[in-house]
Amino acid sequence: MAITIHTPLTREQARCLRAGDSCLISGVIYTARDAAHKRLCELVAQGKELPLEVRDATIYYVGPTPAKPGEAIGSAGPTTSYRMDAYSPTLIALGETGMIGKGKRGPEVVAAMKEHGAVYFGAIGGCGALLSQCVKKAEIVAYEDLGAEAIRRLEVENFPVVVIIDSEGNNLYEAGRAAYLESLGE
Amino acid sequence: MREIAAQQITDTVRRLCVQANCHLPRDVRERIAASHAGEPWPQAREILERIMENYDIADRGDKPVCQDTGMACVFLKVGQEVHITGDVAEAVHEGVRQGYSQGYLRKSVVGDPLNRVNTGDNTPAMIYYDLAPGDQVEITVAPKGFGSENMSQIRMLRPSDGVEGVKDFVVKVVEEAGANPCPPIVVGVGIGGTFDKAAYLAKKALMRPLDQRHPQPFYQDLEAELLERINALGIGPQGFGGRTTALAVNIETCPTHIAGLPVAVNINCHVTRHQTEVL
Repeated sequence: MAITIHTPLTREQARCLRAGDSCLISGVIYTARDAAHKRLCELVAQGKELPLEVRDATIYYVGPTPAKPGEAIGSAGPTTSYRMDAYSPTLIALGETGMIGKGKRGPEVVAAMKEHGAVYFGAIGGCGALLSQCVKKAEIVAYEDLGAEAIRRLEVENFPVVVIIDSEGNNLYEAGRAAYLESLGE
Repeated sequence: MREIAAQQITDTVRRLCVQANCHLPRDVRERIAASHAGEPWPQAREILERIMENYDIADRGDKPVCQDTGMACVFLKVGQEVHITGDVAEAVHEGVRQGYSQGYLRKSVVGDPLNRVNTGDNTPAMIYYDLAPGDQVEITVAPKGFGSENMSQIRMLRPSDGVEGVKDFVVKVVEEAGANPCPPIVVGVGIGGTFDKAAYLAKKALMRPLDQRHPQPFYQDLEAELLERINALGIGPQGFGGRTTALAVNIETCPTHIAGLPVAVNINCHVTRHQTEVL
């Protein structure tokens, strides 16, 4: 049974989620990839204001294809998350509570998640057409010059994700693989 | 001598860019369905069902299967009896430019690897030329996503490392990649040649249909054994655990130097896209 999440996601709510939980996210989430993360962290370093409210925000690592006429967005599946590892601790310290991507994260990200209370969700990679159906509205809020990598504000409904790493550091990639291999021995 | 206008190449490349990104080849869909049937882990089966559902949504709606519509890798096999009128490379780039713009595909190419400004039209294409007997031109467009490209590796093994060294390296690359390249993956392996040739062969290996095995029994057995070892790792679809880590291991080989044993592993995600037309 999937857990329903309405964004914004507070640190307290994030701390209740456990690796392996299936969740359906509704509400506003923001998109950002490598180039946008780099710019956000440069602003932070300069002490300047960010173009989005990071507190309690969920950021989706995605660069969608262009929307066709009549569509809210084009195909929109997750990109590989480790490329954001250099930037995520900064945003988590500012209050980011949710990250959506796919693939492994570095120890510095997990440490920040444990310290501040944040959760790393996985969406199914290579399912961009399917996932785009959960996006009801998309608008660019910053860095339009980056094209697919611009920061977008998405309104999503029942966007399916699984908790990969929770705020205690439990990891579905490790636990899922171990459980499967153990099942073979039974 | 047969003449082909560069414009025909542009038109074909444009069409193939869109088709390849929205419609997966039959062999990939069949391998996913077969893997689903043989997958004992419930969570893994569920992921494979979503993946098949996604293929159908993309196919029916002419939508890109994946938002990473890739760098356009274009393989041209040009018959020696053909005269192409016009600039071949520019014809290919123009086809990519038109296909990615008209097909609502993502522009994912930066013009310089360090200064990183998007070219805005997904050019340049990565073009590979082959000369062949005959009077035809075979064009294959294979959009290559970088989630999987980034997990690829090459190693110059010693001849004494032998076939066991090759096996260990291939399995190690897949295990290190884990969930990152969107498993279930396709594993392209190039063995032999020079440093660059091995990498090229690994990429070529990804073009071979998944139900077509290497012509030599020795390498057929090696492909089967590697697939078995990879699927015993337990990584599973999306890395959540399960049997289906890879759909196929395709090996291409080439003669090499007495001192060398180059091995390249080019990984592709389950969205293994390629479309071919012959002019």
